[in-house]
Amino acid sequence: MRADLEIIQQWIEPGSRVLDLGCGDGAFLAHLKKEKQVLDCGLEIDTENINRCLRAGVNVVEQDLNKGLSNFESNSFDTVLLAQTLQTVERPDILVEEMLRISRNCIITFPNFAHWRHRLKLLSIGNMPQSSSLPFEWYDTPNIHHCTIRDFDNLCRDRKIKILHRTVVDFNHRSSFLMNLHPNLFGINAIYHFTR
Amino acid sequence: MAKTISSDSVGIVTPQLIHFDERLELRSGRIIEQYDLMVETYGELNADKSNAILICHALSGDHHAAGYHDADNQREKPGWWDCCIGPSKPFDTKKFFIVCLNNLGGCAGSTGPSSIDPKTGKPFGPDFPIITVRDWVKSQARLADKLGIDKWAAVIGGSLGGMQVMRWAISYPNRLRHAVIIAAAPKLSAQNIAFNEVARQSITSDPDFHEGRYYDFDTYPKRGLMLARMVGHINYLSDRAMRDKFGKDAIEGSFGRDLRSGKLNFSYDVDFQVESYLKYKGETFSSQFDANTYLLITKTLDYFDPSVDYDFDLSKAFVESQCKYLVISFSTDWRFPPERSREIVNNLLKAEKQVSYLEIEADQGHDAFLLPIPRYIEALRSYMDCVAEELAPGAANAS
Repeated sequence: MRADLEIIQQWIEPGSRVLDLGCGDGAFLAHLKKEKQVLDCGLEIDTENINRCLRAGVNVVEQDLNKGLSNFESNSFDTVLLAQTLQTVERPDILVEEMLRISRNCIITFPNFAHWRHRLKLLSIGNMPQSSSLPFEWYDTPNIHHCTIRDFDNLCRDRKIKILHRTVVDFNHRSSFLMNLHPNLFGINAIYHFTR
Repeated sequence: MAKTISSDSVGIVTPQLIHFDERLELRSGRIIEQYDLMVETYGELNADKSNAILICHALSGDHHAAGYHDADNQREKPGWWDCCIGPSKPFDTKKFFIVCLNNLGGCAGSTGPSSIDPKTGKPFGPDFPIITVRDWVKSQARLADKLGIDKWAAVIGGSLGGMQVMRWAISYPNRLRHAVIIAAAPKLSAQNIAFNEVARQSITSDPDFHEGRYYDFDTYPKRGLMLARMVGHINYLSDRAMRDKFGKDAIEGSFGRDLRSGKLNFSYDVDFQVESYLKYKGETFSSQFDANTYLLITKTLDYFDPSVDYDFDLSKAFVESQCKYLVISFSTDWRFPPERSREIVNNLLKAEKQVSYLEIEADQGHDAFLLPIPRYIEALRSYMDCVAEELAPGAANAS
């Protein structure tokens, strides 16, 4: 299993209700069902991924995150997860608030735009950075709201969101001394565990 | 000459009439003393009787969901859901034992308004009681008892069939493992009821209706039933579907206005293909379907609202249910549009039930649920494969 998911699953209680926003092919929820007997619900809009979820026995609801989560009751899930999707939504701040309304246990992962390679590319060549975590051209990227670890820290501070854990990992989802020293410079992927 | 039947068909099937002696108390308070149900089955029931699927039909459907009745009739069309039922089809007859019945009040063999009332020796006609979805499901549960099926692997239906699936989950929360609700709604809207009322008025205002006792006059309200079906057809197709269906020969932007004879007649005869199609569909239907059954089932639809017993909160109705749900809607369905299915989904989520929901892009309107639309068929197959895997010996969480 991907190391970032390995990190995330320690924050998920066995037998709890987990909402995965942008659940992809449902592999992570299928894993949580098997290992932790969670009651799963995934949201997804990609039709092929939705079919993969059905085939994997994962509950999947076809729903666009940009159209809101008002159909979910407050405090109706034990955990809400948003993995590698924050940067693709129209209003990340509203989505974060909605996550906190639905659950007290929230997890977000996103690619850190302030990684030194990205900085170097922008500074030296002057191109929009591309990397293995950001493989798209500027014109066809689904990532419309890039953010950095510092940005997300600031959002949490402004919105009085309590960060329970913050971990940064590299592309292999491993952490290192440098990353822990300067997460916003060396971290490729950020993992936040937060509540209010 | 025997016809050639493809290998993924259930082949030639024979329905059976099952008699029930036990009286059935109806929602209305009235009682049916005894009744028959016409039933068709496909596939084999396994040893622990865990692989049974119930298919619930919609307004004009019946027990004949798949395969053929007549080996010699080359022109016979297969059952109404043949694209989904058969070996290696989504409802795979190699894995499941599939049951489909003509509902009570129907006109395809089960006891209904056109059956003979043993008390009078004449057809029930308008004296046949109004049957609700809950009554149907009660009679279906008795059929399950008779077949020795304690718990369905899945109960599946589209449109009015989907409403029966919801009622199953509410009335018999422990008797199904999966509920598949397709192109349905939690209850009819005023517009839906209005269309039904136009259909009813068409039938009852036909001079041949004779207050519902047309059997005694050896006639039937042909024109009324035809009109009712024409209105229904418009409601089941989307604007897009009509443009495509009746605009084949013309350039884009013809809006489906293809002429029947290539020119305008300047009379009140049929000019456009859409007119002759509706007329043909209406006429065919009126010769095959009982008008009193049509009236009855439109009422069954109008009355459906399982939230009435739960302070009009549908989520409360679902609380006791133990099954998993699959809900599917179609983008151009304007009879029961996607937002009606989302209402069902949101109430299931509120009740903390396990639910999957798909909104299938399809041009065919409400009728799409009967058609082999690739994404739809694939989704049903994926879901049902999982249902089948739960049946396998030693499968986890098989209960």
